[in-house]
Amino acid sequence: MTAARERRSTIHVSPRLTAATAGRVLRQLRHDHRTIAMLLVLPSLLLGLLYLLWKDVPTLPGQASVFDRVGLTMLGIFPFVVMFLVTSIAMLRERTSGTLERLLTTPLARLDLLLGYGLAFGLAAASQALVTVGIATTVYGLDVTGSIALVVLIAVADAVLGVALGLLASAFARTEFQAVQFMPVIVLPQFFLCGLLVPVDRMDGWLQAISNVLPLTYAVEALQEVGWSATATATMWTDVAVVAGAAVLALALAAATLRRRTS
Amino acid sequence: MDAAITVSGLVVDRGRRRVLHGLGFAVPPGQVTGLLGPSGSGKTTLMRTLVGVQQVRSGEVTVLGEPAGSPGLRARVGYVTQAPSVYADLTVRENARYFASLYGLTSREADAAVADVGLTGAAGQLVNDLSGGQRGRVSLACALVGGPEVLVLDEPTVGLDPVLRVELWELFHALARAGTTLVVSSHVMDEAARCDRLLLLRDGDLLAHSTPAQLRADGRSPDLEEAFLTLVRAREEVAA
Ligand SMILES: Nc1ncnc2c1ncn2[C@@H]1O[C@H](COP(=O)(O)OP(=O)(O)O)[C@@H](O)[C@H]1O
Ligand SMILES: [Mg+2]
Repeated sequence: MTAARERRSTIHVSPRLTAATAGRVLRQLRHDHRTIAMLLVLPSLLLGLLYLLWKDVPTLPGQASVFDRVGLTMLGIFPFVVMFLVTSIAMLRERTSGTLERLLTTPLARLDLLLGYGLAFGLAAASQALVTVGIATTVYGLDVTGSIALVVLIAVADAVLGVALGLLASAFARTEFQAVQFMPVIVLPQFFLCGLLVPVDRMDGWLQAISNVLPLTYAVEALQEVGWSATATATMWTDVAVVAGAAVLALALAAATLRRRTS
Repeated sequence: MDAAITVSGLVVDRGRRRVLHGLGFAVPPGQVTGLLGPSGSGKTTLMRTLVGVQQVRSGEVTVLGEPAGSPGLRARVGYVTQAPSVYADLTVRENARYFASLYGLTSREADAAVADVGLTGAAGQLVNDLSGGQRGRVSLACALVGGPEVLVLDEPTVGLDPVLRVELWELFHALARAGTTLVVSSHVMDEAARCDRLLLLRDGDLLAHSTPAQLRADGRSPDLEEAFLTLVRAREEVAA
Protein backbone atom coordinates (compact mmCIF):
# COMPACT_ATOMS: atom_id res chain seq x y z
CA MET A 1 0.00 0.00 0.00
CA THR A 2 2.63 2.50 1.06
CA ALA A 3 4.95 1.41 -1.73
CA ALA A 4 2.16 1.73 -4.28
CA ARG A 5 1.31 5.21 -3.01
CA GLU A 6 4.93 6.20 -3.08
CA ARG A 7 5.18 5.04 -6.68
CA ARG A 8 2.02 6.86 -7.70
CA SER A 9 3.29 10.09 -6.24
CA THR A 10 6.47 9.78 -8.30
CA ILE A 11 4.66 9.15 -11.52
CA HIS A 12 1.95 11.66 -10.85
CA VAL A 13 3.10 14.91 -12.42
CA SER A 14 1.32 18.19 -11.94
CA PRO A 15 1.95 20.75 -14.71
CA ARG A 16 1.04 23.47 -12.22
CA LEU A 17 3.64 22.40 -9.64
CA THR A 18 6.24 21.79 -12.34
CA ALA A 19 5.67 25.31 -13.71
CA ALA A 20 5.76 26.82 -10.20
CA THR A 21 9.10 25.11 -9.58
CA ALA A 22 10.54 26.21 -12.92
CA GLY A 23 9.43 29.76 -12.09
CA ARG A 24 11.15 29.58 -8.74
CA VAL A 25 14.42 28.32 -10.28
CA LEU A 26 14.33 31.12 -12.88
CA ARG A 27 13.63 33.68 -10.14
CA GLN A 28 16.71 32.44 -8.27
CA LEU A 29 18.67 32.88 -11.48
CA ARG A 30 17.29 36.37 -11.99
CA HIS A 31 18.74 37.53 -8.67
CA ASP A 32 22.17 36.36 -9.81
CA HIS A 33 23.06 38.93 -12.48
CA ARG A 34 26.59 37.78 -13.02
CA THR A 35 25.52 34.21 -13.70
CA ILE A 36 22.96 35.44 -16.24
CA ALA A 37 25.56 37.59 -17.95
CA MET A 38 28.03 34.71 -18.11
CA LEU A 39 25.35 32.31 -19.29
CA LEU A 40 24.41 34.61 -22.15
CA VAL A 41 27.77 35.91 -23.40
CA LEU A 42 30.45 33.43 -22.36
CA PRO A 43 29.81 30.92 -25.19
CA SER A 44 29.90 33.77 -27.73
CA LEU A 45 33.23 35.00 -26.37
CA LEU A 46 34.76 31.53 -26.45
CA LEU A 47 33.46 31.03 -29.96
CA GLY A 48 35.11 34.34 -30.86
CA LEU A 49 38.41 32.95 -29.66
CA LEU A 50 38.03 29.95 -31.98
CA TYR A 51 37.08 32.29 -34.83
CA LEU A 52 40.27 34.32 -34.36
CA LEU A 53 42.32 31.14 -34.02
CA TRP A 54 41.27 29.75 -37.43
CA LYS A 55 40.49 33.01 -39.25
CA ASP A 56 43.54 32.82 -41.54
CA VAL A 57 43.71 29.06 -42.03
CA PRO A 58 43.03 28.39 -45.73
CA THR A 59 40.04 26.19 -46.59
CA LEU A 60 40.09 23.64 -49.43
CA PRO A 61 37.47 24.45 -52.06
CA GLY A 62 34.25 22.52 -51.57
CA GLN A 63 34.99 21.82 -47.87
CA ALA A 64 33.64 23.43 -44.73
CA SER A 65 36.18 25.64 -42.99
CA VAL A 66 37.60 24.43 -39.66
CA PHE A 67 35.68 27.15 -37.83
CA ASP A 68 32.40 26.23 -39.51
CA ARG A 69 32.86 22.61 -38.49
CA VAL A 70 34.14 23.11 -34.93
CA GLY A 71 32.13 26.25 -34.18
CA LEU A 72 28.88 24.55 -35.14
CA THR A 73 29.68 21.56 -32.93
CA MET A 74 30.53 23.83 -30.01
CA LEU A 75 27.01 25.28 -30.24
CA GLY A 76 25.84 21.89 -28.98
CA ILE A 77 28.61 21.30 -26.48
CA PHE A 78 28.45 24.62 -24.58
CA PRO A 79 24.85 24.24 -23.38
CA PHE A 80 25.47 20.60 -22.44
CA VAL A 81 28.51 21.39 -20.29
CA VAL A 82 27.18 24.60 -18.75
CA MET A 83 23.77 23.19 -17.85
CA PHE A 84 25.30 20.01 -16.44
CA LEU A 85 27.44 22.05 -14.06
CA VAL A 86 24.78 24.59 -13.12
CA THR A 87 22.20 21.91 -12.42
CA SER A 88 24.39 19.59 -10.41
CA ILE A 89 25.42 22.49 -8.16
CA ALA A 90 21.85 23.79 -7.86
CA MET A 91 20.52 20.37 -6.91
CA LEU A 92 23.33 19.80 -4.46
CA ARG A 93 22.50 23.12 -2.79
CA GLU A 94 18.88 22.01 -2.62
CA ARG A 95 20.08 18.92 -0.77
CA THR A 96 22.54 20.55 1.63
CA SER A 97 20.34 23.54 2.50
CA GLY A 98 17.51 21.27 3.65
CA THR A 99 15.06 22.65 1.10
CA LEU A 100 14.95 19.27 -0.64
CA GLU A 101 13.94 17.52 2.58
CA ARG A 102 11.28 20.12 3.09
CA LEU A 103 9.99 19.90 -0.48
CA LEU A 104 9.61 16.14 -0.03
CA THR A 105 7.11 16.82 2.78
CA THR A 106 4.95 19.02 0.51
CA PRO A 107 2.55 17.93 -2.27
CA LEU A 108 5.36 18.42 -4.83
CA ALA A 109 6.10 15.10 -6.57
CA ARG A 110 9.74 14.22 -7.14
CA LEU A 111 9.30 14.28 -10.89
CA ASP A 112 7.68 17.74 -10.65
CA LEU A 113 10.87 18.99 -9.05
CA LEU A 114 13.13 17.41 -11.67
CA LEU A 115 10.99 18.52 -14.60
CA GLY A 116 10.84 22.00 -13.09
CA TYR A 117 14.62 22.14 -13.25
CA GLY A 118 14.60 20.77 -16.80
CA LEU A 119 12.08 23.38 -17.90
CA ALA A 120 13.83 26.32 -16.21
CA PHE A 121 17.32 25.51 -17.46
CA GLY A 122 15.94 24.46 -20.85
CA LEU A 123 14.52 27.99 -21.21
CA ALA A 124 17.80 29.50 -20.02
CA ALA A 125 19.60 27.36 -22.61
CA ALA A 126 17.24 28.54 -25.35
CA SER A 127 18.14 32.18 -24.58
CA GLN A 128 21.81 31.25 -24.52
CA ALA A 129 21.54 29.43 -27.84
CA LEU A 130 19.71 32.34 -29.51
CA VAL A 131 22.43 34.79 -28.47
CA THR A 132 25.30 32.46 -29.39
CA VAL A 133 23.88 31.38 -32.74
CA GLY A 134 22.97 34.99 -33.55
CA ILE A 135 26.48 36.27 -32.89
CA ALA A 136 28.17 33.26 -34.52
CA THR A 137 26.30 33.64 -37.79
CA THR A 138 26.55 37.43 -38.00
CA VAL A 139 29.78 38.57 -36.31
CA TYR A 140 31.87 35.45 -36.96
CA GLY A 141 30.25 34.55 -40.29
CA LEU A 142 29.57 30.94 -39.25
CA ASP A 143 28.17 29.15 -42.28
CA VAL A 144 25.20 26.84 -41.64
CA THR A 145 23.49 25.30 -44.67
CA GLY A 146 20.38 24.18 -42.74
CA SER A 147 17.96 26.08 -40.58
CA ILE A 148 19.15 28.18 -37.64
CA ALA A 149 15.99 27.19 -35.76
CA LEU A 150 17.12 23.55 -35.88
CA VAL A 151 20.51 24.52 -34.44
CA VAL A 152 18.73 26.19 -31.52
CA LEU A 153 16.46 23.16 -31.10
CA ILE A 154 19.45 20.80 -30.93
CA ALA A 155 21.24 23.14 -28.51
CA VAL A 156 18.18 23.09 -26.22
CA ALA A 157 17.97 19.27 -26.43
CA ASP A 158 21.66 19.11 -25.44
CA ALA A 159 21.02 21.49 -22.56
CA VAL A 160 18.14 19.37 -21.28
CA LEU A 161 20.38 16.31 -21.52
CA GLY A 162 23.00 18.20 -19.47
CA VAL A 163 20.33 19.13 -16.90
CA ALA A 164 19.09 15.54 -16.61
CA LEU A 165 22.62 14.13 -16.21
CA GLY A 166 23.43 16.89 -13.72
CA LEU A 167 20.39 15.99 -11.62
CA LEU A 168 21.40 12.35 -11.72
CA ALA A 169 25.06 13.05 -10.90
CA SER A 170 24.16 15.25 -7.93
CA ALA A 171 22.61 12.22 -6.24
CA PHE A 172 26.09 10.73 -5.99
CA ALA A 173 27.84 13.86 -4.72
CA ARG A 174 27.91 14.77 -1.07
CA THR A 175 29.95 17.95 -1.43
CA GLU A 176 30.36 20.67 -4.02
CA PHE A 177 33.95 19.53 -4.62
CA GLN A 178 32.63 16.12 -5.61
CA ALA A 179 29.85 17.60 -7.76
CA VAL A 180 32.30 19.75 -9.72
CA GLN A 181 34.51 16.72 -10.40
CA PHE A 182 31.65 14.83 -11.96
CA MET A 183 31.92 17.34 -14.79
CA PRO A 184 35.16 15.93 -16.27
CA VAL A 185 33.96 12.38 -15.56
CA ILE A 186 30.67 12.75 -17.42
CA VAL A 187 31.54 15.41 -19.96
CA LEU A 188 35.13 14.91 -21.15
CA PRO A 189 34.88 11.27 -22.38
CA GLN A 190 31.76 12.23 -24.33
CA PHE A 191 33.60 15.23 -25.77
CA PHE A 192 36.66 13.19 -26.78
CA LEU A 193 34.60 10.47 -28.44
CA CYS A 194 31.77 12.55 -29.94
CA GLY A 195 33.33 12.70 -33.41
CA LEU A 196 34.68 16.23 -33.31
CA LEU A 197 38.34 15.41 -32.61
CA VAL A 198 38.37 12.26 -34.77
CA PRO A 199 35.43 11.22 -36.95
CA VAL A 200 33.66 8.27 -35.39
CA ASP A 201 34.20 5.99 -38.40
CA ARG A 202 37.98 6.45 -38.11
CA MET A 203 38.14 5.33 -34.47
CA ASP A 204 39.13 1.84 -33.28
CA GLY A 205 36.18 -0.53 -33.19
CA TRP A 206 35.91 -0.60 -29.43
CA LEU A 207 36.09 3.18 -29.22
CA GLN A 208 33.37 3.38 -31.85
CA ALA A 209 31.25 1.05 -29.73
CA ILE A 210 31.66 3.36 -26.73
CA SER A 211 31.05 6.44 -28.84
CA ASN A 212 27.84 4.90 -30.12
CA VAL A 213 26.31 4.62 -26.66
CA LEU A 214 27.26 8.15 -25.60
CA PRO A 215 24.44 10.66 -26.22
CA LEU A 216 26.71 13.60 -27.09
CA THR A 217 27.82 11.70 -30.23
CA TYR A 218 24.26 11.98 -31.55
CA ALA A 219 24.01 15.65 -30.65
CA VAL A 220 27.17 16.37 -32.63
CA GLU A 221 25.99 14.28 -35.59
CA ALA A 222 22.67 16.16 -35.59
CA LEU A 223 24.50 19.49 -35.79
CA GLN A 224 26.75 18.20 -38.59
CA GLU A 225 23.64 17.18 -40.53
CA VAL A 226 22.21 20.70 -40.19
CA GLY A 227 25.64 22.00 -41.21
CA TRP A 228 25.59 20.39 -44.67
CA SER A 229 21.91 19.82 -45.51
CA ALA A 230 19.50 22.62 -46.38
CA THR A 231 16.55 20.51 -45.23
CA ALA A 232 16.20 18.48 -42.06
CA THR A 233 17.48 14.93 -42.64
CA ALA A 234 16.02 11.75 -41.19
CA THR A 235 19.38 11.08 -39.50
CA MET A 236 19.13 14.43 -37.75
CA TRP A 237 15.66 13.67 -36.38
CA THR A 238 16.81 10.25 -35.20
CA ASP A 239 19.77 11.91 -33.48
CA VAL A 240 17.52 14.44 -31.76
CA ALA A 241 15.23 11.64 -30.63
CA VAL A 242 18.21 9.72 -29.19
CA VAL A 243 19.36 12.80 -27.26
CA ALA A 244 15.84 13.44 -25.95
CA GLY A 245 15.43 9.76 -25.06
CA ALA A 246 18.72 9.80 -23.14
CA ALA A 247 17.52 12.88 -21.26
CA VAL A 248 14.24 11.18 -20.32
CA LEU A 249 16.13 8.07 -19.19
CA ALA A 250 18.49 10.16 -17.04
CA LEU A 251 15.52 12.02 -15.51
CA ALA A 252 13.79 8.74 -14.68
CA LEU A 253 16.99 7.45 -13.05
CA ALA A 254 17.36 10.72 -11.15
CA ALA A 255 13.79 10.37 -9.86
CA ALA A 256 14.49 6.78 -8.83
CA THR A 257 17.65 7.74 -6.92
CA LEU A 258 15.90 10.61 -5.15
CA ARG A 259 14.69 8.90 -1.98
CA ARG A 260 11.98 10.50 0.08
CA ARG A 261 12.99 8.65 3.22
CA THR A 262 16.65 8.82 4.15
CA SER A 263 18.54 7.30 7.03
CA MET B 1 -11.16 13.28 20.94
CA ASP B 2 -8.95 11.07 18.77
CA ALA B 3 -5.22 11.68 18.94
CA ALA B 4 -3.71 13.68 16.09
CA ILE B 5 -0.53 11.61 16.22
CA THR B 6 0.02 8.13 17.63
CA VAL B 7 3.40 6.48 17.80
CA SER B 8 3.99 2.93 18.97
CA GLY B 9 7.10 0.79 19.19
CA LEU B 10 9.10 3.27 17.13
CA VAL B 11 12.68 2.15 16.59
CA VAL B 12 15.02 4.19 14.39
CA ASP B 13 18.65 3.47 13.52
CA ARG B 14 20.92 6.10 12.01
CA GLY B 15 24.20 4.82 10.66
CA ARG B 16 25.07 1.91 12.92
CA ARG B 17 23.58 3.56 16.00
CA ARG B 18 20.14 3.02 17.47
CA VAL B 19 18.76 6.53 17.93
CA LEU B 20 15.16 5.90 19.04
CA HIS B 21 14.52 2.88 21.26
CA GLY B 22 10.88 1.87 20.86
CA LEU B 23 8.96 5.07 21.55
CA GLY B 24 5.22 5.11 22.14
CA PHE B 25 2.96 8.08 22.81
CA ALA B 26 -0.07 9.97 21.55
CA VAL B 27 -0.36 13.68 20.78
CA PRO B 28 -3.78 15.27 21.36
CA PRO B 29 -5.14 17.59 18.68
CA GLY B 30 -5.36 21.35 19.05
CA GLN B 31 -2.58 21.60 21.62
CA VAL B 32 1.05 22.61 21.76
CA THR B 33 3.12 19.54 22.60
CA GLY B 34 6.70 20.29 23.54
CA LEU B 35 9.41 17.81 22.62
CA LEU B 36 12.13 18.54 25.15
CA GLY B 37 15.50 16.94 25.45
CA PRO B 38 19.19 17.69 25.34
CA SER B 39 21.05 18.01 22.07
CA GLY B 40 21.54 14.58 20.49
CA SER B 41 18.58 13.00 22.32
CA GLY B 42 16.75 12.27 19.06
CA LYS B 43 14.30 15.18 18.70
CA THR B 44 15.08 15.90 15.07
CA THR B 45 15.03 12.19 14.22
CA LEU B 46 11.58 11.83 15.79
CA MET B 47 10.27 14.87 13.94
CA ARG B 48 11.62 13.57 10.64
CA THR B 49 9.72 10.38 11.35
CA LEU B 50 6.49 12.30 11.95
CA VAL B 51 6.74 13.99 8.56
CA GLY B 52 7.78 10.80 6.78
CA VAL B 53 11.32 11.54 5.62
CA GLN B 54 13.11 9.24 8.09
CA GLN B 55 13.74 5.57 7.41
CA VAL B 56 12.23 3.60 10.25
CA ARG B 57 13.47 0.27 11.61
CA SER B 58 10.14 -0.77 13.11
CA GLY B 59 7.05 0.61 14.75
CA GLU B 60 3.99 2.53 13.68
CA VAL B 61 3.53 6.25 13.27
CA THR B 62 0.03 7.48 12.46
CA VAL B 63 -0.73 11.11 11.72
CA LEU B 64 -4.33 12.27 11.27
CA GLY B 65 -5.35 8.63 10.83
CA GLU B 66 -2.87 7.86 8.04
CA PRO B 67 0.66 6.40 8.06
CA ALA B 68 3.19 9.22 8.46
CA GLY B 69 4.41 10.54 5.12
CA SER B 70 1.39 9.35 3.09
CA PRO B 71 0.79 11.49 0.00
CA GLY B 72 -2.60 12.48 1.43
CA LEU B 73 -0.87 14.03 4.43
CA ARG B 74 1.53 16.24 2.53
CA ALA B 75 -0.90 19.13 2.24
CA ARG B 76 -2.04 18.69 5.87
CA VAL B 77 1.28 18.47 7.72
CA GLY B 78 3.79 21.32 7.85
CA TYR B 79 7.45 20.88 8.79
CA VAL B 80 10.01 23.46 9.80
CA THR B 81 13.51 22.00 9.87
CA GLN B 82 16.01 22.91 12.57
CA ALA B 83 18.26 24.86 10.21
CA PRO B 84 16.20 27.34 8.16
CA SER B 85 15.41 25.61 4.87
CA VAL B 86 14.49 28.38 2.48
CA TYR B 87 16.11 29.75 -0.66
CA ALA B 88 18.75 32.29 0.36
CA ASP B 89 18.85 33.71 -3.17
CA LEU B 90 15.14 34.58 -3.20
CA THR B 91 13.33 37.33 -1.33
CA VAL B 92 11.14 36.58 1.69
CA ARG B 93 8.03 37.12 -0.41
CA GLU B 94 9.27 34.93 -3.28
CA ASN B 95 9.97 32.09 -0.86
CA ALA B 96 6.51 32.32 0.69
CA ARG B 97 4.85 32.52 -2.72
CA TYR B 98 6.67 29.46 -4.02
CA PHE B 99 5.65 27.35 -1.04
CA ALA B 100 2.10 28.76 -1.26
CA SER B 101 1.92 27.63 -4.88
CA LEU B 102 2.87 24.09 -3.85
CA TYR B 103 -0.30 23.99 -1.74
CA GLY B 104 -2.38 25.50 -4.54
CA LEU B 105 -2.58 28.84 -2.76
CA THR B 106 -2.07 32.38 -4.01
CA SER B 107 0.15 35.31 -3.18
CA ARG B 108 -2.54 36.62 -0.82
CA GLU B 109 -2.04 33.67 1.55
CA ALA B 110 1.74 33.98 1.11
CA ASP B 111 1.71 37.64 2.16
CA ALA B 112 -0.51 36.78 5.14
CA ALA B 113 1.98 34.14 6.32
CA VAL B 114 4.83 36.64 6.01
CA ALA B 115 2.80 39.06 8.12
CA ASP B 116 2.08 36.33 10.71
CA VAL B 117 5.78 35.96 11.44
CA GLY B 118 6.28 39.74 11.54
CA LEU B 119 8.36 40.04 8.40
CA THR B 120 6.16 42.26 6.23
CA GLY B 121 8.76 45.02 6.49
CA ALA B 122 11.44 42.71 5.10
CA ALA B 123 9.27 40.99 2.48
CA GLY B 124 11.27 42.37 -0.45
CA GLN B 125 14.67 41.52 1.01
CA LEU B 126 16.80 38.58 -0.06
CA VAL B 127 16.88 35.90 2.64
CA ASN B 128 20.67 35.96 2.29
CA ASP B 129 20.69 39.49 3.72
CA LEU B 130 18.62 38.61 6.81
CA SER B 131 19.74 37.72 10.32
CA GLY B 132 19.64 34.10 11.49
CA GLY B 133 16.51 34.71 13.53
CA GLN B 134 14.75 36.32 10.58
CA ARG B 135 15.66 33.40 8.34
CA GLY B 136 14.12 31.04 10.85
CA ARG B 137 10.91 33.03 10.69
CA VAL B 138 10.89 32.93 6.88
CA SER B 139 11.22 29.18 7.17
CA LEU B 140 8.28 29.17 9.58
CA ALA B 141 6.19 31.33 7.26
CA CYS B 142 6.76 28.86 4.43
CA ALA B 143 5.20 26.10 6.57
CA LEU B 144 2.37 28.27 7.94
CA VAL B 145 1.33 29.28 4.46
CA GLY B 146 -0.27 25.93 3.69
CA GLY B 147 -2.53 26.20 6.74
CA PRO B 148 -1.49 22.74 7.98
CA GLU B 149 -3.56 20.80 10.51
CA VAL B 150 -0.38 19.44 12.09
CA LEU B 151 2.68 21.65 12.41
CA VAL B 152 6.04 20.11 13.32
CA LEU B 153 8.57 22.73 14.39
CA ASP B 154 12.17 21.81 15.14
CA GLU B 155 13.69 24.29 17.63
CA PRO B 156 11.91 27.31 16.10
CA THR B 157 12.86 29.77 18.82
CA VAL B 158 16.59 29.10 19.11
CA GLY B 159 18.65 32.28 18.95
CA LEU B 160 15.68 34.63 18.97
CA ASP B 161 15.54 37.67 21.19
CA PRO B 162 13.18 37.22 24.16
CA VAL B 163 10.49 39.56 22.83
CA LEU B 164 10.27 37.71 19.54
CA ARG B 165 10.29 34.40 21.33
CA VAL B 166 7.25 35.40 23.37
CA GLU B 167 5.52 36.60 20.21
CA LEU B 168 6.14 33.28 18.49
CA TRP B 169 4.79 31.33 21.46
CA GLU B 170 1.68 33.51 21.32
CA LEU B 171 1.39 32.67 17.64
CA PHE B 172 1.72 28.93 18.39
CA HIS B 173 -1.05 29.11 21.00
CA ALA B 174 -3.27 31.13 18.69
CA LEU B 175 -2.82 28.42 16.05
CA ALA B 176 -3.61 25.72 18.61
CA ARG B 177 -6.79 27.55 19.67
CA ALA B 178 -7.78 27.60 16.00
CA GLY B 179 -7.42 23.79 15.97
CA THR B 180 -3.84 23.23 14.76
CA THR B 181 -1.86 20.47 16.43
CA LEU B 182 1.69 21.65 17.13
CA VAL B 183 4.76 19.65 18.04
CA VAL B 184 7.55 22.02 19.02
CA SER B 185 11.03 20.86 20.01
CA SER B 186 13.46 22.67 22.23
CA HIS B 187 16.61 21.84 24.14
CA VAL B 188 16.05 24.54 26.76
CA MET B 189 13.78 23.56 29.62
CA ASP B 190 12.49 27.09 30.25
CA GLU B 191 10.36 26.70 27.13
CA ALA B 192 8.68 23.66 28.60
CA ALA B 193 6.44 25.85 30.74
CA ARG B 194 4.88 27.32 27.61
CA CYS B 195 3.66 23.97 26.31
CA ASP B 196 0.32 22.31 26.98
CA ARG B 197 1.93 18.89 27.07
CA LEU B 198 5.49 17.64 27.26
CA LEU B 199 7.44 14.76 25.81
CA LEU B 200 10.80 14.44 27.51
CA LEU B 201 13.38 12.64 25.45
CA ARG B 202 16.77 11.47 26.64
CA ASP B 203 19.18 9.30 24.64
CA GLY B 204 16.34 8.13 22.43
CA ASP B 205 14.09 7.07 25.30
CA LEU B 206 10.88 8.74 26.37
CA LEU B 207 11.50 9.84 29.94
CA ALA B 208 8.10 11.36 30.56
CA HIS B 209 4.91 12.19 28.76
CA SER B 210 2.92 14.62 30.81
CA THR B 211 1.95 18.24 31.40
CA PRO B 212 4.13 20.93 32.96
CA ALA B 213 2.02 20.79 36.15
CA GLN B 214 2.35 17.00 36.36
CA LEU B 215 6.09 17.18 35.77
CA ARG B 216 6.50 19.67 38.62
CA ALA B 217 4.51 17.33 40.89
CA ASP B 218 6.40 14.20 39.83
CA GLY B 219 9.78 15.87 40.09
CA ARG B 220 8.83 17.60 43.35
CA SER B 221 10.06 21.01 42.19
CA PRO B 222 8.40 24.18 40.88
CA ASP B 223 11.35 24.50 38.53
CA LEU B 224 10.90 22.32 35.43
CA GLU B 225 14.62 21.86 34.86
CA GLU B 226 15.01 20.75 38.46
CA ALA B 227 12.03 18.41 38.13
CA PHE B 228 13.48 16.96 34.94
CA LEU B 229 16.80 16.26 36.69
CA THR B 230 15.02 14.54 39.54
CA LEU B 231 13.27 12.28 37.06
CA VAL B 232 16.53 11.48 35.27
CA ARG B 233 18.22 10.57 38.56
CA ALA B 234 15.30 8.46 39.69
CA ARG B 235 15.42 6.61 36.37
CA GLU B 236 19.17 6.03 36.69
CA GLU B 237 18.81 4.69 40.22
CA VAL B 238 16.22 2.22 38.99
CA ALA B 239 18.54 1.15 36.20
CA ALA B 240 21.55 0.79 38.52
N1 LIG C 1 22.56 11.61 9.45
C1 LIG C 1 22.91 10.95 10.57
N2 LIG C 1 23.61 9.81 10.51
C2 LIG C 1 23.96 9.13 11.62
N3 LIG C 1 23.63 9.53 12.86
C3 LIG C 1 22.94 10.65 12.99
C4 LIG C 1 22.53 11.43 11.87
N4 LIG C 1 21.85 12.50 12.31
C5 LIG C 1 21.83 12.40 13.64
N5 LIG C 1 22.47 11.29 14.07
C6 LIG C 1 22.64 10.86 15.46
O1 LIG C 1 21.35 10.59 15.98
C7 LIG C 1 21.27 11.04 17.32
C8 LIG C 1 20.05 11.93 17.49
O2 LIG C 1 20.23 13.07 16.71
P1 LIG C 1 19.11 14.17 16.54
O3 LIG C 1 17.83 13.49 16.22
O4 LIG C 1 19.60 15.16 15.57
O5 LIG C 1 19.04 14.78 18.02
P2 LIG C 1 18.53 16.21 18.50
O6 LIG C 1 17.69 16.79 17.42
O7 LIG C 1 17.76 15.91 19.75
O8 LIG C 1 19.75 17.03 18.77
C9 LIG C 1 22.57 11.74 17.64
O9 LIG C 1 23.36 10.86 18.40
C10 LIG C 1 23.21 11.98 16.30
O10 LIG C 1 24.59 11.89 16.40
MG1 LIG D 1 17.87 18.53 16.46
